[in-house]
Amino acid sequence: MSLHFTLAMARREGRSSWRRIGFYMASITLGVGALVAINSFRSDVTAAIHREARTLLGADLRLSSRRPLPDTVQSLLDSLTGAGAEASYVTSFSSMALATRTGRTRLVNVRGLEGGFPFYGEVETDPAGSWSELQSGRHALVDRSVLIYLGARVGDELRIGQASFTIAGSIVRMPGEADISAAIRPRVIIPAAYVAETELLGFGSLVRYRTYVSLTDPEGADAFAERYEALLHEEEVGTTTVAERAEDYARSLDIFARFLGLVGLAALLLGGLGVASAVHVFVKRKLETVAVLRCIGATQRTVFAVYLLQAVLMGLGGSAAGVILGLAVQALLPGILGDFLPVAVSPTLHPIVILAGLGVGVWVAVVFGLLPLLSVRDVTPLAALRRAFDGPERRWDVWRLAVIGALVATVVALSIAQAPHPWAGVAFAAAAAVTVAILGGTAWALTRATRRLFPRRAPYVVRQGVANLFRPHNQTVAVTLTVGFGVFVLGSMHIVQRNLLDRLSVDASPDRPNLVVFDVQQDQRDGVASLIEEHGFSAGELTPLIPARIAALNDRPVDELLEDTTGSPQPEHWAVRREYRHTYRDSLVGSEELVAGRWWDEPAAPGALPRISVEEDVADDLGVGLGDRITWDVQGVLIETEVTSLRRVSWARFETNFFVVFEPGVLDAAPTVYVTLTRVPGEEERAVLQRDLVEAYPNVSALDLSLVQQTIETLVGSIALAIRFMALFSIASGMIVLVAAVATSRYQRVRESVLLKTLGGQARQVRQVLATEYVALGSLAGLTGCILAGVAGWALVTFLFELSFRLPLLQLAGIGLAAAATTVLVGLVAGRDALRRAPLAVLREIGE
Amino acid sequence: MSGGRPLTVLSDINLTVQPQGFLAIVGPSGSGKTTLLGLLAGLDRPTAGRVVLDGEDLGPLTEDARARVRAEKVGFVFQTFQLIPTLTALENVLVPVELRPGAAGRAGSAEQRARELLARVGLGERTHHYPAQLSGGEQQRVALARAFANEPKVLFADEPTGNLDGETGHAVIDLLVALNTESQTTLVLVTHDQELAQRAHDVVRLSGGKIVT
Repeated sequence: MSLHFTLAMARREGRSSWRRIGFYMASITLGVGALVAINSFRSDVTAAIHREARTLLGADLRLSSRRPLPDTVQSLLDSLTGAGAEASYVTSFSSMALATRTGRTRLVNVRGLEGGFPFYGEVETDPAGSWSELQSGRHALVDRSVLIYLGARVGDELRIGQASFTIAGSIVRMPGEADISAAIRPRVIIPAAYVAETELLGFGSLVRYRTYVSLTDPEGADAFAERYEALLHEEEVGTTTVAERAEDYARSLDIFARFLGLVGLAALLLGGLGVASAVHVFVKRKLETVAVLRCIGATQRTVFAVYLLQAVLMGLGGSAAGVILGLAVQALLPGILGDFLPVAVSPTLHPIVILAGLGVGVWVAVVFGLLPLLSVRDVTPLAALRRAFDGPERRWDVWRLAVIGALVATVVALSIAQAPHPWAGVAFAAAAAVTVAILGGTAWALTRATRRLFPRRAPYVVRQGVANLFRPHNQTVAVTLTVGFGVFVLGSMHIVQRNLLDRLSVDASPDRPNLVVFDVQQDQRDGVASLIEEHGFSAGELTPLIPARIAALNDRPVDELLEDTTGSPQPEHWAVRREYRHTYRDSLVGSEELVAGRWWDEPAAPGALPRISVEEDVADDLGVGLGDRITWDVQGVLIETEVTSLRRVSWARFETNFFVVFEPGVLDAAPTVYVTLTRVPGEEERAVLQRDLVEAYPNVSALDLSLVQQTIETLVGSIALAIRFMALFSIASGMIVLVAAVATSRYQRVRESVLLKTLGGQARQVRQVLATEYVALGSLAGLTGCILAGVAGWALVTFLFELSFRLPLLQLAGIGLAAAATTVLVGLVAGRDALRRAPLAVLREIGE
Repeated sequence: MSGGRPLTVLSDINLTVQPQGFLAIVGPSGSGKTTLLGLLAGLDRPTAGRVVLDGEDLGPLTEDARARVRAEKVGFVFQTFQLIPTLTALENVLVPVELRPGAAGRAGSAEQRARELLARVGLGERTHHYPAQLSGGEQQRVALARAFANEPKVLFADEPTGNLDGETGHAVIDLLVALNTESQTTLVLVTHDQELAQRAHDVVRLSGGKIVT
């Protein structure tokens, strides 16, 4: 083979190919751009997190506990501070905050601060510098969202429990906390000295005691945590070091970014399909050239190499453009994902990511282009003498099988490399394959069906339009794939989002509670109930809550269980260690369903253990079943119980649900707080009720579920925005492939249209032929995409989010129709040329 | 194969073309002219019989080996010109030269020769035009230049005037014959044009796949 010839020929041929199929390379461009952007962003985030690791924690070490630091740990700390270390204490708990001027209230996360936190990084405030006000008197710093909700402003009085503070400023950004956390748990920071004055640290309130330590040797944090592990464990004090914190953040952001990367990968694969169909059309057009080259002595390999080289070069060009696009998008991503980032991210160049993007782009272009390109080998030189009607016959040789193998391997490998988890990658590849197979199958079925069920009696324009669906060089497969895929991606995303938001919509059903009143003490029960009723609403039944921990499972103490390394099935750490909040009652509630054992409808047998019912998933994690015994530590009192039933709980409903329910009579004497749900229709009434509650019972908290809903909507909205942004690449890729598919058959179409016009057809009729074809193509592709989206959405909603499924039929149909309309529009615009031009001019042009 | 049954297109063909001779193969449509040309040029393999080209038996050669033989010894002129539409006239002429091994070393001289050939066929001013910018006669003249670019031993021409009007056709044939004489090439020409056939040294008449004279 002559290398010189191959290079020269590829270069010369390429000149005109660029114009014809260079457009297709834009689909590779978008895919590569998406991957380069998201993967560069991932590296940026990881780098930023590691660079600012100390800022993330604000200290070298954090100790956290549910109790004030025990003396043993405190003296340990004192010895450290004696040697030059610094410590800062933060006590955090939930409470209502009341703005006295406006009379509005809101549940907030109160943090009492003592000491110099943060040791690293700075808290940005508005007005700037108000953080230091915390050191001087009864000042509070609050999140901006709190100010807005309360209608308060800087200088107003804020009441928390029995204490009053002056709002000194709002928090713009706290080191180590993503902006979205302000929406989830709005913060109010007060000086620790006044925490006791609030009188809120009573029984039943969930309090976190955190100690931030700045060590003289910043690297000593891990050593410290390790050296005192036994003591800290004994005292139930958790430690977090800078490295752990950075690792946690890096991991969760990486998972999110990888997930977005998968959405970007979809764009690249779609681009691959575009390349395959471009090369297919390209090769068909080149058959004669190939035959001539073969005739005058070019070998199969030489000719194949000429076109392979062109594919590689075009892949390279498309990928290079993709890298540039990706770098531009990389700079945009911190803005789009900013709410989730705990640190400022500055875009930098990552040569490895860029090279990988180029490599992946070229490889995908080549691998997808190879299959149709293989046909070049099968062109016989005789075709130069005689024009063959069809292309060469497809040969199922070892090369073709190898290329198919490489194609499958490429898709799977890319998916696995990009996915947060290998199995997610495999699932993604499988889902992509199934989607493409179904769409391809639909296109195939469409051509078969129209051929068989051809509307012979229909008017001429309809017959001609329908015939276009199955004639040689038709574009049915390409259009169905791209349009269908676009509808599928948009539709399934929309379905999932709708279902999530619907489920959480508080006002969707008028009888659902929308206000939770909790932390009600035993002696406040009647007072709270009558206060709610005085406002004209039902107080509902107050549900008792009893905090407890697991002391032993089947007589084996928890510590022993967790240290067991014999390989026997281990209960999940979190399930054993967590603090439970139990309740007791004599019947199941609406969100529960008994799945095993018996409820306590009958009196207990004399001498039997107290009976409990455990939620099935927790039972699984604890490794307990019917008849197993759990010993609970209820405020220091040990109570041994027996699991007599398992329940399934629908968590998605806003109700007070429990992992463990006791039979009545066992916990009656235990220290208890109460919670109740009520429905208060108007927003104003809810505000008034909350204000009156807080004024009468400062320790009682109320949570307006419409706020929770807003929070979740914000969260889902931010995530959806990010996903949509990445999906945009797929949609744009799909559009390019669609436009290109239509454009490649344009020449043929123009020729036919001109012939029709020459034979006396009117422009209107030509337009109708085109319209018929694209209406058929667009609506079928849209419909198939909708059905696939429905199935995928149902599967995601049902199995991943475990919610009951509702199909947003109208919106889905809207997406499908919009896609069909786009198809028709693109088709007609591409055909416009044929309609506008005089028959003679076009005949001359294509005759040559 | 045709309609699933083997179809004998040619049988009992026995002919020898003299070096530097001019053989015309004539006959009506469907008589097997093009098939015979394809076999002689090594584009296809006979189901039975032997084709020897310049002393080389094409029978045992693989497709790639036959391609090499074509690159070295054979030139083609087609009825439909078959210029590569994406290449300029000059580049089209260069293709057969560049296909030969070691072409890179002779790039300069090859291009010089291609220019001379184009000048010889009267297209010295049109070297950078694309086929679409040339008339039918001009395209066929580029095809002639391409056919001789390689200094082939044998030139096969398949109805070279079939797509041209009478006058242009004559001019092309005059050029073909002249170039053939100048470069001492063996010419095998398929035509149904009796007048053209008369200019050949030898004429083979085909009918129903057999030689009739």
